[in-house]
Amino acid sequence: MSDPAAIEQGDEILPGNPPRVVRYRGATRLNHWITAACMVLLLLSGVAMFWPPLFFLTALFGGGQTARFLHPWIGVTLVISFAVLARQFWRGNLWNRTDLDWTAHMGDLVAGREEKMPEVGKFNAGQKFIFWSMALLILAMLASGVVIWEEYFGGMTSIPIQREALLVHWLGASLIMLVLILHIYAAIWVRGSFDAMIRGWVSPGWAWRHHRLWFRRLAARSADRGDARV
Amino acid sequence: MALPDSPRTAVSNPPTQGFIENLGPGDVIKRSATDRLPPPTRELTPVAKLIDVSKCIGCKACQSACIEWNDTHPAIEENVGVYMNPHDLTPDMFTLMRFAEWDNPDTGNLEWLIRKDGCMHCAEPGCLEACPSPGAIVQYSNGIVDFNHDNCIGCGYCIKGCPFDIPRVSKTDHKAYKCTLCSDRVAVGQGPACAKACPTKAITFGTKEDMKALAAERVVDLKSRGYENAGLYDPEGVGGTHVMYVLHHADKPHIYSDLADKPKVSPVVHAWKGVTKTAGLAAVGLAAVATLAHGLLGRANKVSAEDDAHAREFLDREEPGGQP
Repeated sequence: MSDPAAIEQGDEILPGNPPRVVRYRGATRLNHWITAACMVLLLLSGVAMFWPPLFFLTALFGGGQTARFLHPWIGVTLVISFAVLARQFWRGNLWNRTDLDWTAHMGDLVAGREEKMPEVGKFNAGQKFIFWSMALLILAMLASGVVIWEEYFGGMTSIPIQREALLVHWLGASLIMLVLILHIYAAIWVRGSFDAMIRGWVSPGWAWRHHRLWFRRLAARSADRGDARV
Repeated sequence: MALPDSPRTAVSNPPTQGFIENLGPGDVIKRSATDRLPPPTRELTPVAKLIDVSKCIGCKACQSACIEWNDTHPAIEENVGVYMNPHDLTPDMFTLMRFAEWDNPDTGNLEWLIRKDGCMHCAEPGCLEACPSPGAIVQYSNGIVDFNHDNCIGCGYCIKGCPFDIPRVSKTDHKAYKCTLCSDRVAVGQGPACAKACPTKAITFGTKEDMKALAAERVVDLKSRGYENAGLYDPEGVGGTHVMYVLHHADKPHIYSDLADKPKVSPVVHAWKGVTKTAGLAAVGLAAVATLAHGLLGRANKVSAEDDAHAREFLDREEPGGQP
């Protein structure tokens, strides 16, 4: 069981009017967007090599041969980038009792009655679901992807295993696309979320509404340190 | 007499005059990663290569002819104590004599089984089903399955699709290679190079019908010589093939260096390119449409003035020395 109100490196409330609640520091944002860029490139090249109506997308990479060559290398880049991101995020995404309560109240969230939701820490159960499913799916994509990386690993496994890896790679890809849609849509629907990942900070009102436990802990820490505020 | 649309033989120098050039775009009946293919402009007579393993002497003239005609350069390898050379099919070796020693339990004889391995030119080609690149693999109405290297992206999916383990991807140009059934010779009225070079006529070439008739004669002959299980290998699981074998032990193809007993395109490949593809794409499409609809019609989750006020109030209270 993790501390529900755990905070991460760089999280703080900066005095000002309005005060700025720092949610993701610069390194984290860069890390996230490198991962995201890799993901987009992987989806474009991957779907081009799977669904013929979109084969023309290989032109974005310089043709079929280069798309085929680049795809696994972009994948390796994503795995490394995601691993760095996960090293920071995994603690805050550990499951705790509030998450069950939160999940039980998901209907209220969708219906716009967020005041009925339990107070959550830096990540809510939905974000935790996205984090862990991405972590698992990326591992599955790495394992199956290596098997079908013809150039370097073509002869290392039997053909029946390679066929299964192709199927796993596609199923994993479709699940990743579903999780991504959820991830991106949640970020759009919950107004102000993009700001957290782009400029790095959110308004106190946003933190109060969506991550109150986290906000309380940050405020308490600022108070302990005696941060001056205007 | 009507002009032939496909060569009828591979024996020395068949006539080329009066032959209708074939294997153009109008002769394509299947094209990889292409749904709406224009119907073929004509129907060519199906052709086939018949390999009678009972007549093969293992001389490898077929391999030499294949290398010569296709201008490939297989690496010179080491002798590891078997006749097979090279050790496997390679991007530079489209056909390979595989040598197997089989202890016949019924007769106590040691039989030397030699099989010329290579593309079987399936009527239902797994390579073509698996290929993601439009037009990298085509099937002509005479049955030839051919790789078009201009369109090949080197992914190796054809290897996974093939039930016979035939295609090989080159480490040099990253394109897949296999036997073409000498499509470039057949197109101008010549039979395949291997068949032409074979000194015992273990390899013959002609219309599929003629080859089946020839095979039937051979099977009768082999049976009369005591090979009761002699038969033709033209497996139904892949819709029949345009390279067929006469086997003296057709009841157990696997003794011929693991020739597939009942070859068919793997159900995993069918699932990958069939039901899971439709289901996955549909799920992703639905999710995209649903979120778009919710985004346009639903209410956004916005921070209210109340939230802001609560937050400010809370911060004021927490402030060291702030209002109680």
